[in-house]
Amino acid sequence: MGQVSVAPIEIERTESAEETFAVPEPDVPWVTLVHNDPVNLMSYVTYVFQAYFGYSKDKAHKLMLDVHHKGRAIVSSGTREEMERDVQAMHGYGLWATLSQDRI
Amino acid sequence: MGRSAGMFEALKGGGAAIALDEVEVSILRSLAVQLLELIGPGAPEPDEGADPLAALFAESGQKPVERPSDPALMRLFPDAYGGPGPEDRTVDPAELAARSAEFRRFTENDLRSRKREDALAVVRSLDGLTPGGDDAAVLELTGELPLRWLGALNDLRLTIAARLDITEDDESAMLFRLPDDDPRKPMVMAYLWLGGLQETLIETL
Repeated sequence: MGQVSVAPIEIERTESAEETFAVPEPDVPWVTLVHNDPVNLMSYVTYVFQAYFGYSKDKAHKLMLDVHHKGRAIVSSGTREEMERDVQAMHGYGLWATLSQDRI
Repeated sequence: MGRSAGMFEALKGGGAAIALDEVEVSILRSLAVQLLELIGPGAPEPDEGADPLAALFAESGQKPVERPSDPALMRLFPDAYGGPGPEDRTVDPAELAARSAEFRRFTENDLRSRKREDALAVVRSLDGLTPGGDDAAVLELTGELPLRWLGALNDLRLTIAARLDITEDDESAMLFRLPDDDPRKPMVMAYLWLGGLQETLIETL
């Protein structure tokens, strides 16, 4: 390279892959996804969405059904930091959650 | 007796109660202790004789935390980046792994502490019970205890499901029709029983 870079090391390392893989875009919002699993009770998932996000029973129930039938649901959106907090909270409740940039 | 076996009921004024016999107490306690062993120790206690300033710099949350290889631990402490859906297919897997590792480094010890506290709360409330002979003792959960129990019951079910390899709804259905002599039968029975406990506990909230 021969020059000082302030970029995080992983960006340099994946430079050659930039053509095939998307890089994070600062303006695109992040989302928290909750994924379906055969273990968590439907009533428990609904309870968690109400208790943590403060969603109404109807909204929580609808999101739970989306998780169950579609395999996943977007349960919140915002900055990357906010979504990391939500994912951490979901893991605390034992739900399978990830965050992702909302490209779709 | 006024309480249905194996079910939580709401207490007047908040909280939940359940009647448990000696065998049920012993199974629950044993499962909670095994969960504690699986989760492992929390953040190390500072050494009493050590320099108090040293503890400030020995920030346990900053140490690398390895991604678990045990499927049950992986379910309790999942990756934060790279779900199974289509959302992340265009992102470099090495990048997702690096972000997950970073997230784990900053959050896993807190998550582990919380899970330990939940399981410990179950052990302590069971130790406070004194069922004798055929009589069931009534366990009353108030304050923060119903939510601690809810967390521990969920973690136990996630762990047992990983051990039984419950991965699809259809496969689970088959597990629940095992013959009595199948070695997995006791674990399946425990899994179903814990599900009933958790379901009825949620109804009291």
